[in-house]
Amino acid sequence: MRELHTLSVLVEDKPGVLARVASLFARRGFNIHSLAVGPTAEEGRSRMTVAVEIDELEQVKKQLHKLVNVIKITEFKPETSVEKETIMVRVSMPVGKRGDVLELVGIFGATVVDVSPSSLMFSLTGNPRRVNDFLDLVRPFGIVDLVKSGRIALARESKTRKPKKH
Amino acid sequence: MATKLTGAQALIKALEREGVTTVFGVPGGAILPAYDPLLDSPIRHILARHEQGAGHMASGYAWATGEVGVCIATSGPGATNLVTPLADALIDSVPMVAITGQVATTSIGMDAFQEAHTTGITMGATKHNYLITDAEAIPDVVHEAFHIAKTGRPGPVLIDVPKDMLNATVTWRDPAPLDLPGYKPTTNPHPRRIAQAIKLLQSAKQPMLYLGGGIIHAGAAAEAFEFANKANLPTVTSLMGRGSIPDSSPLALGMSGMHGTYAATTAFQKADVILGIGVRWDDRVTGNPEFFAPNAKIVHADIDPAEIGKVVETEIPIVGDAKAVLTTLNKEWGDDPTPARTDWTTIVEGWKETFPLSYDQQPDGMIKQQFVIEELHRITGGDAIIVSGVGQHQMWASQFWKFEDPNRWINSGGLGTMGYAVPAAIGAKAGKPDELVYAIDGDGCFQMTFQEMITAAVDKIPVKIAVMNNGSYGMVAQWQKLFYEGRMSSSVLGDDILDYVKLAEAMGCVGLRATTMDEVAPVIQQSLEINDRPVIVEFLVDPDEMVFPMVVAGGSNDEVIMTMEDLA
Repeated sequence: MRELHTLSVLVEDKPGVLARVASLFARRGFNIHSLAVGPTAEEGRSRMTVAVEIDELEQVKKQLHKLVNVIKITEFKPETSVEKETIMVRVSMPVGKRGDVLELVGIFGATVVDVSPSSLMFSLTGNPRRVNDFLDLVRPFGIVDLVKSGRIALARESKTRKPKKH
Repeated sequence: MATKLTGAQALIKALEREGVTTVFGVPGGAILPAYDPLLDSPIRHILARHEQGAGHMASGYAWATGEVGVCIATSGPGATNLVTPLADALIDSVPMVAITGQVATTSIGMDAFQEAHTTGITMGATKHNYLITDAEAIPDVVHEAFHIAKTGRPGPVLIDVPKDMLNATVTWRDPAPLDLPGYKPTTNPHPRRIAQAIKLLQSAKQPMLYLGGGIIHAGAAAEAFEFANKANLPTVTSLMGRGSIPDSSPLALGMSGMHGTYAATTAFQKADVILGIGVRWDDRVTGNPEFFAPNAKIVHADIDPAEIGKVVETEIPIVGDAKAVLTTLNKEWGDDPTPARTDWTTIVEGWKETFPLSYDQQPDGMIKQQFVIEELHRITGGDAIIVSGVGQHQMWASQFWKFEDPNRWINSGGLGTMGYAVPAAIGAKAGKPDELVYAIDGDGCFQMTFQEMITAAVDKIPVKIAVMNNGSYGMVAQWQKLFYEGRMSSSVLGDDILDYVKLAEAMGCVGLRATTMDEVAPVIQQSLEINDRPVIVEFLVDPDEMVFPMVVAGGSNDEVIMTMEDLA
């Protein structure tokens, strides 16, 4: 399988920018794994977090840079950034068979957001690996419905900042 | 007091402000308001017969003048008809601005009459595009569009203007300062990269220079020639780069590519250092990249960083404008003596002498296209802007014309747009009225866009079109003969149905015809004497002639097919 990279793309908040980015990925044959868009702290700027499956990332970055509305592209590595995803998952779970599971669910920090006689809906926010582990855990019970957000990421502040060279 | 204008008046005024003198277009419902103030403007509007024609005219204009070409179309079909010229201009990096009408903002999304999602459709066919939603912003958007079209790697920019924006009342003001935080092309090369490149070239034993369309767009031909001489570099030009160094120079090896000269193709394979400037290592040039230039370290200079490392592995990347790169190279090379590299020069000269371009014109045989091109060159003294379509005639024009100057070779390279020649020639002639503009076209190409000859006649743009009539899509037929056992599926057009002389006359042009070798020179001469009307000259040429040399698509550049006998 191709490697999954997380790109953070700072763009001008203008109509059509998402379409331009998506269209560029399609045209160049790059496969988008997930995509999340939202405003930033700065007025007029949005940030797109794009998880892309590709071997050769350099070309993706260069092509993205050619879009007039793209301001900055950063690749986030798991070791230097915080990555999060959110899922909501409805799992088939009749009353009476819930005890053990709820305990495990608690360990992951998932919360029960909807209860019905035949199923429970959980919500969990965490790094992508943790979210996948949780899904593996509940899968045997029977997943009825699942929604997953695009991953979002921000760089960590360096804890051991190197002294500046003079 | 601030001047009140309509959005349409502001649009035309903004074009004037950018120095536009000529536009090519076709009116229609949504763009109508913009056509009214055109009547009061010094801008010359050339009324094309089809929007595709208008688009290619703008392209030909841009190539010939080095300025931004402008075309105008209405919404819906007007805009979709521009898609081909826009895609063509994008891949060949032609600076263009297209203005399209759009249905009123209140009707967008309602499937209104002549509504198409123009910005969506052209997203992949433009460098950038705009939908105007605030009429007051018209001067800013136009200014930005021209800036984007002509700076960095040039390209087409489209402005989609809804009808209510054209009809709105606005206050004219000069455009605001550019605010493009994501668009800052690097033009000046990094000094360290230049130093590395010079060091590598000075230590090279078999170096070469490879020049592309980027040299033409950057106006860097003089600098390129200076550097080729300074560093004594055998020089290959891409199809789009023809004219970037004079073919008369002993250093010039001609065109690269599938139908490039033997010397050009082989130079790549034997070079130890290749300096490529303003080129994109097109698949028609590299063949299978795995076998391309196996011994070479590649220095690649381009204004577009995405081109560097896209196809070939690059030893030294140089991001910068071709003119700035070459000026710096010339300066930094300094007064070091020109390296002689006698062995390499001898080898390269040997290829040129042993494997020249050739063809066999029998006095009583059918006319060969190559002969027509050579005769045209001889009779005009090479003093012409040559425009071509796409196919065999294009390859022969590039091979057999001797290009001495830039901006005098106009064709569709990357997209390979058949039908390009007629409108592009009209655009070139509109931009350079005092120059001889001669299109070398094929009958297949000509039949795609010849209605624009009516435009040329009505607007008194006396272009000359040589139609190489071989009664077929010659290049398609060539491939069918070579790779499909000669099964001619839909490649034969027939050479005796269309009467080009009558057609020319019907369109207000002069029609001439040559069917034998003896008639070639006289009709060319005759065509040159007519300057009050466009001229169409039909040459009935040999349908069996094939373009050689040839490297098979996806093959290795080590295997150059010189003649049909090589395939036997």
